[in-house]
Amino acid sequence: MHKLRMNLARLYMGLFLIFMLAPLVVMSGAAFNDNRLPSIVPWKGWTWRWFDAMINDDRMMVAFGNTLVVAVAVAILSVIVGTASAILINSISGRVRTLLYSIMISTILIPGVVIGISTMILWTKMGNALGTEFFLFNPGLHLSVLGQVSYIAAMVMLLVLARLQSFDAGLEEAALDLGASHSQVLRRILLPYLYPAIGAGGAVAFFQSIENYNVTQFTRGGMDTLTVYVFSMVRSGVTPAINALAFLLIMVTLVLALIYEINRRRLARIEAEREAEARRAAALEEAL
Amino acid sequence: MNDLIRRYGVTITALMCLLVAFWLVMLVVVPNITLFEQSFRPYLPVVEVGGPKDFYSFGNYAKVFDGSIERTFFGYAYTIPVHVMTFGLTIWYSIVVTVACFLLAYPLAFFMAKIANPKSLPTLLLLLFIPLWVSEVLRAFAWWIILAFKGPLNALLLAIGAIEAPVRWIVDYDGVVIGLTYTYVLFMLFPIYNAISSLDTNQIEAADDLGASWWRIHMRIVLPHAKPGIASGCVMVFMLSAGSLLVPSILGSTTSQWFTQTIDQWFKDALDWNTASAYAFILLLLCTVFVSIALKVFKVKLSDIAK
Repeated sequence: MHKLRMNLARLYMGLFLIFMLAPLVVMSGAAFNDNRLPSIVPWKGWTWRWFDAMINDDRMMVAFGNTLVVAVAVAILSVIVGTASAILINSISGRVRTLLYSIMISTILIPGVVIGISTMILWTKMGNALGTEFFLFNPGLHLSVLGQVSYIAAMVMLLVLARLQSFDAGLEEAALDLGASHSQVLRRILLPYLYPAIGAGGAVAFFQSIENYNVTQFTRGGMDTLTVYVFSMVRSGVTPAINALAFLLIMVTLVLALIYEINRRRLARIEAEREAEARRAAALEEAL
Repeated sequence: MNDLIRRYGVTITALMCLLVAFWLVMLVVVPNITLFEQSFRPYLPVVEVGGPKDFYSFGNYAKVFDGSIERTFFGYAYTIPVHVMTFGLTIWYSIVVTVACFLLAYPLAFFMAKIANPKSLPTLLLLLFIPLWVSEVLRAFAWWIILAFKGPLNALLLAIGAIEAPVRWIVDYDGVVIGLTYTYVLFMLFPIYNAISSLDTNQIEAADDLGASWWRIHMRIVLPHAKPGIASGCVMVFMLSAGSLLVPSILGSTTSQWFTQTIDQWFKDALDWNTASAYAFILLLLCTVFVSIALKVFKVKLSDIAK
């Protein structure tokens, strides 16, 4: 009976993985099907032409470039703002902390539609009130960046805050006592300790920004990002050129995942070897 | 605060405070206040803004009740305003998605936390993470291909003889529910998995030794322990589903309409930003109410959700 249940659990696990991964396989497969509509059935033969179509799609390439620019901008701003917030939150307490922390967390829960519309209205209204044509106050991708930062910064803040909690403030004390300047304390002690969290935060921000549709959709003006472009293609005239793009993106993800996995296994092996060696040494010592 | 100044000096502290203030004031609080204020103003041509017709009213909110349609529910006919119905259906199907995600994710979370071989777990987690890194629009698009009338799912089911004629999958809200469940199930899985991992396995074994049946073990030990994880999973999935615009637009049928789509139409098609603001504010209000209820019911704090 117990064995049956174990096998059922394994079977379920397998089915779930198929459920999660099969759509990606189907989507990739359609990139190679010589059929004008993106699908894997009916299979009309192997072709590379959708990759040609993708590269020759200028609008898609422009959208791709825009996406990267926005994502980098969001990552940089979110990391700066998120790290500053984490340091600030970590050093205050009481009601003010609870209030600030709640506002920060709630940004993650605000629907993207609301963020998009409110950002758009605020900045364009401000432009009208000031009677200026300055680009900042017109719709465009810079407003998408601001809108996205408003909630992605909270994610970075959470990651950095988690790391800050295990930081030994005594190190800073020691540095100050030894005559380090304020900026040295920040640059040489606190920030290096936070780098892993800052790096992870930057990566999360970058990918969240690429994903984003809701905020971008309302603030972008006439500009395209990849998500917006793919969406408009799916709605109007879709060709497997999108599948070619999806295939490439999935491949990049897979390669990154593979590198991560190999690196993790290598580290695990080194760790295991070290432990075995320590055990051998202990046994040897005992024998002597 | 004094501590900060002592460590990093006045300049750096001030700079940090400015950054945080910019984020919270200019990107969060003021935009939302503007949205709220704007939602009470009528939509006017530019020249009339600030003129005599520009006064506060509930006019934009009242538009929710415009234009009724007839529906029947178990043979009982009634009329209901279109947007109220959209709103209600959005909530209802978001709840359906949340429940579906829970039912799918809970057994798996338990399996991963307590039964699976710990050595293969990182690989498993990595495999599950891959769809999360592929963007949402592409995942919705993948289901659009799969669920198509002449698509692979129907072809597969016909081939193995499970169905005799192709099934139309994208009818009513079916496609939307399938797509949202696929897209957001991982936001349910990981919090529950984290919560169950921290449960001492000895408790389960003790209950088992004392003769408790497996469902009793789950009801009395595992589920109560996983409550904070379940709460944060439910809140995340519901919020993401109700606020999703991509999936309902791509996988929606001719008879399905999501509340975010209505907002989008006011904004992009009617160019009436004021009514769009009012509708967006209603959505925000719904989400706030839902989160508060969920926090009360599960007895957890907002700060626990974020983990």
